[in-house]
This record gives sequence, structure tokens and C-alpha cells, in this order.
Amino acid sequence: MGLLGAFATTPAVFAAEAGAEVVKAGGWFLANAWLIPLIPAASFLIILLFGKRMPRGGSEVGITAVAASFVLGLLTLVQWIGAVNAAGDAAVSPAISKWTWWISGGTSFTIGTLVDGLAVALIFVVTLVSLLVHIYSTDYVAGDVRYTHFFAFLSLFTASMLFFVLSENTIQMILGWEMVGVCSFVLIGHWWEEKANSNAALKAFLTNRVGDIGLLIGMAILFFAADSFSVVKINSLAAEGSIAHGLLLAASLCLMAAVMSKSGQFFLHTWLPDAMAGPTPVSALIHAATMVVAGVYMVARLFAVFFEGLAIAGSSVNALAIMGGITTLVGASLAFVQTDIKRVLAYSTISQLGYMVLALGVGAWTAAVFHLFTHAFFKACLFLGSGSVSHAVHSFDMKKDMGGLRKHMPHTFRTFVIASLALAGLAPLAGFWSKDEILAGTGGWGAFGGTGGNGAYTFVLFMAMLTAALTAAYMTRCVYLTFFGTYRGHGHPHESGRRITVPLWILAVFAVGAGWTNLPKGFQIVPKGWREQFGHYVEPRAAEGFYFPHIAHATPSWTLAAFSTLVVLFGLGAAYYYYFVKVRALGGSATELPNGLTSRFRIARLGHRLLARKYYLDHLYTDILAKGTAGPVARGAYWLNQRGIDEVVNQAGRKAVSAGHVLYDKIDQKVVDGVVNATGRASHGAGEEIRRMQTGKVQQYAGVMFVVAALIAVVLILVL
Amino acid sequence: MWLNQFLVLSAVLFSIGVYGVLARRNGVLVLMSIELILNAVNINLVAFGSYVQTVVGEVFALFVITVAAAEVGVGLAILLLLYRNRRSVDIHDVDMMKG
Amino acid sequence: MQDFLNGWGLTLVTFVPMLGALVLLAIPKRNEWSLKVVALGSSLLAALIGVFLLSWFDTSRAGDLQFVVDKPWIETINSRYIMGIDGISLPLILLTLLVVPLCIVYSFDHFPEPRNPKSFLTLLLILQTGMVGTFVAQDLILFFVFFEIVLLPMYFMIGVWGGENRRYASIKFFLYTLFGSALMLISFLAMFFLADGTLAGLDAVRTFDMRALSGGATAAIARTSQVWIFAGMFLGFGVKVPMFPFHTWLPDAHTEAPTVGSVILAAVLLKLGTYGFVRVAVPMLPEAAAAWAPVIGLLAVIGIIYGALGCLAQRDMKRLIAFSSVAHMGFVMLGIATLTPFGVNAAVFGMVAHGLITGMLFFLAGSMKERYHTLEMSRLGGLLKQAPRMGWMLGFCVMASLGLPGLAGFWGEFPAILASYSPAAILHQGVFRAYMVIAAVGTVLAAGYLLWMLQKTAFGKARKEFANSPDIKDVKRHEYISWAPLLVLIVVLGFYPRLLHEATDPAVRESLEVPSIAGSAQDCLDSDDGWTCFDERRTEIKQTQGN
Repeated sequence: MGLLGAFATTPAVFAAEAGAEVVKAGGWFLANAWLIPLIPAASFLIILLFGKRMPRGGSEVGITAVAASFVLGLLTLVQWIGAVNAAGDAAVSPAISKWTWWISGGTSFTIGTLVDGLAVALIFVVTLVSLLVHIYSTDYVAGDVRYTHFFAFLSLFTASMLFFVLSENTIQMILGWEMVGVCSFVLIGHWWEEKANSNAALKAFLTNRVGDIGLLIGMAILFFAADSFSVVKINSLAAEGSIAHGLLLAASLCLMAAVMSKSGQFFLHTWLPDAMAGPTPVSALIHAATMVVAGVYMVARLFAVFFEGLAIAGSSVNALAIMGGITTLVGASLAFVQTDIKRVLAYSTISQLGYMVLALGVGAWTAAVFHLFTHAFFKACLFLGSGSVSHAVHSFDMKKDMGGLRKHMPHTFRTFVIASLALAGLAPLAGFWSKDEILAGTGGWGAFGGTGGNGAYTFVLFMAMLTAALTAAYMTRCVYLTFFGTYRGHGHPHESGRRITVPLWILAVFAVGAGWTNLPKGFQIVPKGWREQFGHYVEPRAAEGFYFPHIAHATPSWTLAAFSTLVVLFGLGAAYYYYFVKVRALGGSATELPNGLTSRFRIARLGHRLLARKYYLDHLYTDILAKGTAGPVARGAYWLNQRGIDEVVNQAGRKAVSAGHVLYDKIDQKVVDGVVNATGRASHGAGEEIRRMQTGKVQQYAGVMFVVAALIAVVLILVL
Repeated sequence: MWLNQFLVLSAVLFSIGVYGVLARRNGVLVLMSIELILNAVNINLVAFGSYVQTVVGEVFALFVITVAAAEVGVGLAILLLLYRNRRSVDIHDVDMMKG
Repeated sequence: MQDFLNGWGLTLVTFVPMLGALVLLAIPKRNEWSLKVVALGSSLLAALIGVFLLSWFDTSRAGDLQFVVDKPWIETINSRYIMGIDGISLPLILLTLLVVPLCIVYSFDHFPEPRNPKSFLTLLLILQTGMVGTFVAQDLILFFVFFEIVLLPMYFMIGVWGGENRRYASIKFFLYTLFGSALMLISFLAMFFLADGTLAGLDAVRTFDMRALSGGATAAIARTSQVWIFAGMFLGFGVKVPMFPFHTWLPDAHTEAPTVGSVILAAVLLKLGTYGFVRVAVPMLPEAAAAWAPVIGLLAVIGIIYGALGCLAQRDMKRLIAFSSVAHMGFVMLGIATLTPFGVNAAVFGMVAHGLITGMLFFLAGSMKERYHTLEMSRLGGLLKQAPRMGWMLGFCVMASLGLPGLAGFWGEFPAILASYSPAAILHQGVFRAYMVIAAVGTVLAAGYLLWMLQKTAFGKARKEFANSPDIKDVKRHEYISWAPLLVLIVVLGFYPRLLHEATDPAVRESLEVPSIAGSAQDCLDSDDGWTCFDERRTEIKQTQGN
């Protein structure tokens, strides 16, 4: 074969059972994708065993390994594109290589890789972001006590995530799912000397475990429904309708619980903001770009199950869409009241994950995956940017220790703003395209003249629009508080080194350009070959007996795009007006308006001031619209979040412990063990009683003996 | 034959023996009472033996006498040791087997 | 060679430790060095012979008994000296042969108070004979003898080398288990009198031959009798497992036992109970097993939740680990209760995994006690700071114990949950699905208490009272030697579960098959109308018996 031969793709056409043409993707890299997770896994072992003795503490091994995976992933991607091109209009079946792992009771467990468009897209994201985070970390955690250990677990995480992405069957998915969870646990608790950090790690792990109940049960249902662990088999049976709808519904609801915990969906999302206790590169890699999208990925991977189970087509509401919708709103409104920059981004991540889940819920599969793809870049960029800032000011508090960093940290500032705009969804940055596709996908926009879609999810569209406005507004607030005004912290901040800025710029480039990979169909400005490329290569095209459901595609509409842009501009403008105009007018170190709702109790004085100033309407406007959301509503939501939902989580933990105490002290020790001890005591007591008869006096014994003998004699005489 | 007289004698001897075993505190007297019980048995054996015309009764009686001699030997030895250790042969004092 | 394989090979493996114990008795007490060398030597010799012998094990027919020896023993009751192993006993024997030498290595220079290595090592070796013997015995009387031999050394180990409350714990352990075995013996006798060996191709009607009893000799016993016989075994084995509510001896025994005692208790002794279910109770009385399965399953899931909640209430680390055994053995019993090859496989895997992981956790707890002189969790903390390697090992074992995929614990836990989604057709599915959900909740609680323990002991800064303690050192050489094999096996089995399943799967399937002249029990278990199937099977057998 040789190296060149390895690149050759050999499409082999075979007829699927139902007669539709399906081309099998082939090629060396597609068939040997197992190398991609194996390399970082090996690197984990090497770093763990020999890292400390290496000149750079093992980071060089990690970077090399991830770079190798990246290159391999890229080659796999190229080969996949080649396969799709070669197939022409026919559907391309994924490249599957699998081996029997073990057999139990007649069920064989296989291990293998499934490479298709979705997998290669994810591999690209994971390896690229991981590589950049590795490079970034060499500076960020330099001098840390557990430098080597940090890199070892970054490698392990990358390996587990890639393993998860390449899963050929559901068992492998569970394996990868749990492994990334553990890496997240270890890395959140990286500085475990502080109780708060280990608490956050524990909380993350336990919350995820709660969701895992759903995962285990859901996968069990699917296994017995399809009699197989194979992702392709489960999907195709579900898509054909060979599995009872009730089972699919039960399975998808169970799996949704898993999505809820892993992808931070409402109401199991509370671990994610706490997880910010980990080092920032970890937050960027694990809690923004990759691990938290595992839930989204799982839904996308098993989409036929959800599509059929939740009856996504032809409906206007379903559990998945509502869960995503609520999450996206809750996350966005909570992002307003944070003063910790990483927490803003964490809530923003929750909100965007909600966006993806919402998209999947309305059947906009490609849009969801596309958003996952673009979000990974700009959110990683934002997180790494916040890390760069905190590296300079040694704090994450925007109000106390930041402000005015624009002049001190030009590179960080520029990349942060680019990524923020991408997140806000301003054309032509990456977020715009993916967000807009999701909005179009809801199909709930009859008024804007679009067509297609899987149903009329008008309410969901409304939620998504609202989130778009909120997103633009809180990111403006975040940018203002961090980079504008005057510096409020200590010391002299300075721009970070190149190992930090270069990854930032690379991510910023992707934050700008990643969206162009999937320009909408109606975007006539560019040649046809440039449009919808992402969807073309990533989305499995359904054929009879194939592993993907028949989803409908919405036609994008200019009107909708224009309207959503207006919404974003409105959010952006309102926040801009509030912070850049009003707050700034109070001086560079102000962070909020002094006479907001918080000081409303001094009604008389406030009324006087409001009257004295002619901004009465302005105040009303800013108070009700911008700060109203940011103030009482968000604060209320946050209160509900901390005291309500989070309290439930905490209480559940505490209650379990106290239940344990009651059970142990009262039941186990008293009742169960009591019964045992009572039997012992009873026989002991009986012995004590009987012992008294044993006087040691021979004559008593003799007396008893004679009496008994006499009695026996009497009996004998009487009876015989 | 005058069986009844022998049986009455034996019953009287037995009862005296039982009384002695149960009531006396002196170990030597208890041993002697046991002798009485055994001899009551012997009388019975010999009487029944001659009543049914066989020597088995006498043979058994001889065995009993032999065993009784051995038993008294052991019993007296124990009593002697008891007396050496405790300066008393009162069997009420000997309750070391008390549970 | 043929004699060795199909004759005295297994006997040798079983009794070499006993011979070692006899040699130890002849060596004077003050000669400690030779005592230790002889003890280690004989346990290693047993392991070597065992590995050599078992390397001839033919996995392609792992379902059959191999290395069989069958000699007359107590002829009056037709009890024979039968030994042999199949794929179910194989991993457990290897586990025993591994753990005992490791324990001797571990205590080589660290005998617990009041030292006395001679008696300690003697007991350890006798214990080994008992454990291996139980796994190889194929005659009920022989099985029972070995099963009981184990009790005495353990009793002395806890009672002499134990903690403060050792007398209470040891007597409780002894009496509790003895109580169970008494009923078990009655069940064995009942089976002896009721079963018909000729149905399984034997010449004699009454037999203790386990091969015959699990090969159809019991198929004609009336259902009610079967259920009662099973109840006796259930108590006997259930106490040993231990199942809720017979578990209360376990935390006491574990807490008081010396480290090595705890390790052996957790690693092998508890498995005698589950092994009894898999080898004796279920295959010999499949019908009664089906009748009891809902109860077993219920007690198992209660045990899972109950054990976990019990753990959350503990202040002592060792007691917590002990309680976690109740929860983990719950998963094993749940697997058995499904009566499917899949579930029983999971159970066998769970036994081995629990043996490795919990044994390792007890080793760690013991070593921590040696360093901190306390295991009260509120006083511990910062192990990762003071002894980082040990802290890592603890973290690793905690992860393994809470069932992390990729480590051994997962393959015992998850398949058991999976199996209870679809138990044998004769059982009620809805009930078992409810069990599945409860068991799944148990995994969360498991993560909860284990991580809580890890956080309390390993994370944070070192406590003031121990900050400058000279006793606190990182892992020592003898600890490395005795722990490394366990740690490696946890990973290897996690990544390559096939290693175990290759052997267990055919054997498990064979054990549930229970053939008879009128169809196998497996067919009845698998049929929706299983009870009628069993009835018809019995009628047909009785007819042939009558002819």
C-alpha cells in the first residue's frame, strides 16, 4: 500500500436491503481511527510514569501526543470528505471497525470505532482545542506543584473524549462518558488543598452520577429493545419503527436525565458554575468546548431514538426542546448577575448548551452539531481569554479587580471581543450562522416567510430569540467590566506571553471563520460549492434501513436572519447604552448605576432625583429592560437557583447522610443488630437460670435422682 | 417361700440408706448409707434368685459386693484427701462444682 | 503427568499450605525468620503449583469439570472425595492463591499485636487450605468440611489479633456463621435423602456428589420440599455473603479484625457465600431458586441502598469500607437473582472485582492506621500531601470501587443492572426492573460515600496533630510488593474483562443448564410458563422413575 495508498479511498457500492444505494466509506485512516484516542492514552501513562524526570515535566509528551492525534484526525477528516465526494449522491455508510471484546451469557461486547461525519467533526474540535489548551497551559500552570499530573490528566481526558466520540456501541459510550467525568473530577479538584475546590469536584461528580442513573437505564432499555449495543443497529431499528414507541420514549427520557447532568441542562446544571474552581484551561477544554457537549453529542449520535421516541416531527412541543429552551433562558439570565468572569462564561455555556439541546429537540440536527462546532471555538477563546486576564490580575472578580485592561492587554482584549461578538451572534462571525440555522430549524416562524422544519416550535423560537438578545447584553456587560473603565485591581497588569496569546488568536480566527463552513443555502453571494458544506459532509443522509431518521430541513429565510440580527443589536445596544454611556459617565471605576433598583427603598430621595434629572424615561427604560432583567428577575432566578434548585441538590445530599445516620443508629444498630444480640442475650439468660440448678451439692443431686427414679418407677408400675 | 419378708427387709434397708444419703452431712456416713442401699439390692437379688431357683442372683450379688468394695475404697480415698485439704468431711462444704 | 493433572494435582494445591502449617508447628517460636520463610514459601509453592496446574486448564471446555479426582471417602454415607474445577471456581482459586501470599508479604515485618508470628502464620495457612478446598470440593460433605474449616482460623485471628472490641466481634462472627451452616447442613442432608442419583446416571440413589445433584438428580423433588431446602441454604450462604439482614456480623468483624484478616475476609471469605449460591444452591435447586429469586433480589437491592446509607453514617474509615461490602455484594446477589447466564456472569465478575478492590481498600486502611493510629475520618486529612503515592492509590481504589468503567468494579456492577432489566422469563419482569432502578440509584450513593471518604481522608491540608508525625511515610517496600499485583489486576480486568469471561461464561451457562431426562431446567427458566414446565418435567421424570 505504502503511505500514498493509505490515502486512497475505495468506495464500494453495495445495495442495502431496501434497495437504496449506500456507499461504504473505506480507507486506512477511517479503518484505523482507534489510533487517535490510543496515542493520548499512551501519553497519559508515559507522563504519569516518567513525566517528573522529563525536562519539561511531561508537557512535551502531552503536546506531541495530542498533535499527533490532531494530524491523524485531520487525515481521517480528509479521507471522509474524499469518501463522501466519491459517493456522489448516494448515502455513505460510516466506517466501522470492531473487535469482540468479551462474551457473557451469549451476548458479545464489541469494541471498535465508528467514523462518520459527526465523529470526524468532533475529533477535529477536540484535538484542536485540546492542543491549544495544552500549549496555553504550559504557561498558565507553569510552576504549579502538580504540573506533571495536570498534563497527565489532560492527556487522559483527551483520550477519553476521543474514545467517547468514536464509540461504536453504547457500552463504549458509557465508558467514555464516565471516564471524561472522572478526568473532570480530578481536574476540577486540581487544587484540592482548598475545601471549596474538592467540594466543587465532588459536586460535579455526584451530580453527574445522578444523571448516570438515566444513562445506565436508558442504555439498558435500548440494548434489550434492539438486542444489540451497536449504535448503528439501535438507530436503524428505531428509525425503521421496529422498536415500540413506548420503549423509545422511556429510553429517551432516561437518556435526557444523563444529558441534563453532563451537559448542564436545567435543573442539574448547578455543578457547572462550581466547576470553575478548576484551572482555567480545564474550564476551557472540559467545561466549555468538549466534555459538556458529550450530552449533546449523545443525543445527536442516537438521534433516531430521540426523533422517534419524542415524536419530534410534526409537533410543536417536546420534552427535549422545552428542556433546552428553559436552560438557555435560565443560563442567559443568570449570567447577568455574576461578578466572577468565569462564572459569567459558565452560565453562558449552560445557556448555549441549552441552545444546542433545543436545536436537537426541534429536529434541527445539523444546526445543533454546527453550533456545537462553532461554540467550541469561541467559548474556548473566551475562557482562555479570561484565564489570560486573571493571569495578569490574579483574580476573577470583574468588579473589584478588573477594568480598563484594554490598554494593558491588547491581544487578549481583541480576541475576547471577537469571541464575544461571535457568541452574541453577529454576522458574519461564527455564532451568527449556527444560531440562525437553529432559529430557522424551529420551524416556528410562519410570519417570516420560511418553509420546512420538523414542526412548528413557535414557543421555542421565542425563547431562543430572547436568549439571543440576553446573550448580546451580558457579553457587553462582561466586556465593559473587564476591559473598559479604569483599572480597579492591584499591581500592574501586563499582556500574557506568546504561549497564551497565540492559542487565543488561533481560536479567534476560528471564531470568525468557523461559521463559513456552513453558509446557508440561500446565501447567493458565494458560489454554490461553498454553501452548506458542513451539513453536506457531517449529516448522514437517510436511505432506507439506514441509521438516521428522516428529518426535514428548514429553508433559511432572510427575513428571519434580519430580525434575529435586530434582536441581537437591540440587546447589544441596550447594554451598550447602560454601560458604555450611562455607567461610564459616572467615572471609569463605576461598575453599576448607583440608583438602580437596589436603592429603591429610599423612595423619596430616588423620586426626587428621578424628577430632578430628565432621564426619567431613560431610567425607567434601563431599569425595566436592561436592569430589570439583570436585577430582580435575574437575581430572583439566581436566588431560586442557589436557594431553590441548588438547595434541593445540597439538601438531597444532606438528607441522604442523615437518613444514613438514622438508619444506621436506629435500625441497623438497634433493630437488626439488636435482634442478633437479643438472641445471644436470651440464650445467655436462659443459661444463667439453668445454672442456678447446678448447686454443687451432691446430696441435692442425689435427692433429685431418687425422686425422678421414684417417679419413673411409679409411671412404670401404673402404665405396665 | 417367704419372699415377702425378704423384700420388706430390703425395702426397709433401702429406705434407711436413702435417708442416710440425703440427710447425713458426714461423708463417711453417706458412704455407709450407700453400702446399705447396695446391700438392700443384694438381698433382693439373692431372694429372687432362690425364688426362681437359679444361681444368677447369687452371682450378681457377688459382683455387687466386689464393686461395692472397690467403690468404698475410692470413696474413702477421696474423703481422706478431702479431709487432708479441708480438715472436714462435711459434704455440704464441697460445692466446687457449682455452676 | 497425567496422574498429576487428573489425580493428585488439586489435592496438592489444597493441602500444601496445611503441610506448611504442620512444618511451622515444628519450628520453635523464637526462630522467626525461618517461620516466615516457611510460611511464605509454602503459600508461594501452593500458588506456583496452582498456576502450573491451572495453566493446563482448557478454556475451550471451561464448562466441564477438569482435573477431577474421585475416590471413595466415607462409604457408609456414600460421601466421596471428589475434587475438580471449572470456569467458575478457577478465578476464585487464583484469587485465593494470590491473596494469601500477598498477606504474608504484607505482614512480614508488621505483625499486629500481640505478634506471635508462629500462630498467626499457621492460622493463615490453615485458612488457605479451607478456602481453596471449598472452591475445589465437588462433594457436599467435603464442601461442608472445608467451608467450616475456614471459620476457626478466622475466629482466632479476630479474637487474638483484633482491636479493642475483638471478643464480641469474633464470637459474633463465629456463632452467626455457624448458625447459618447448621441450617445449611440440614438442607444438604435433606437433599441427600430426597434426591435420586440414578437420574443423573449414578449407581447409587443417595449421593452427595455435587456433579450429580446439579445434573438433574434433584429434578423429581416436590416443589415445596425444594423451597424449604433452598431456604436452609439461603440462610447458610446468605449469612456468609452477607445479605441484608444477616449482615451485622460483618462491620464488627471487619472493624476489629487485623488488616490481613480484613483483607482475606473481604477478598475471599465473603465469596464463599456467593460461590455457594452459584455452585450449590442455584444449580441444584433451580426451581426453588426461581421461587426465591424475587426475595433474593429484594434483599439484594435493600442491601445496596441500606449498605450505602450505612456507609454515610460511619465515622470510622474501616467500618465504612466494611459497610460498602454489604452494598457491593448486593450487586452480586442481584446478578445471581436474575437467573440468567448474563447476570450470573456479572456476579462472578463482581466477586473477583470486589475481592481485589475491597481487599486493596482494607490494605490501605490498615496501612493508614499504622501511620495515623486512628481511622476516625474527622481527624484524618491531607493524605495526598503527606503520603502522595498512598493517596493516589486510595483515590484509584475509590474510583474502582464506585464502579468506574475501565476498572474492574464496573463489570460486576453494570452488567448486573443490565441483567435485571431482563431476568429469566419465569420471573416477574416488572419487579426486577424496579430493582434495576433502585440498584442504579445505589451507584450514586456509592459514589457519594466513597468520594466523601476520599475527600475527608486524602484531600485538604495535613492536620496539625499529624503534621510532624514521624510515622507518616509514603508507601513502603513491602506494601508495594503486596499491593502492586492487586492494582495491576484491577486495571487489567477493567480493560480486558474477557480474561475472566473466557473461563466463567461456559461454566455459568453449564451450571444453569441442569439437564435431566425430561429437558433442562434452563428451558423452563426461559419459558414464560416456567412453573408448568417444571411441573411437567417432574411428572415425566417420576413416570420414568416408576418404570
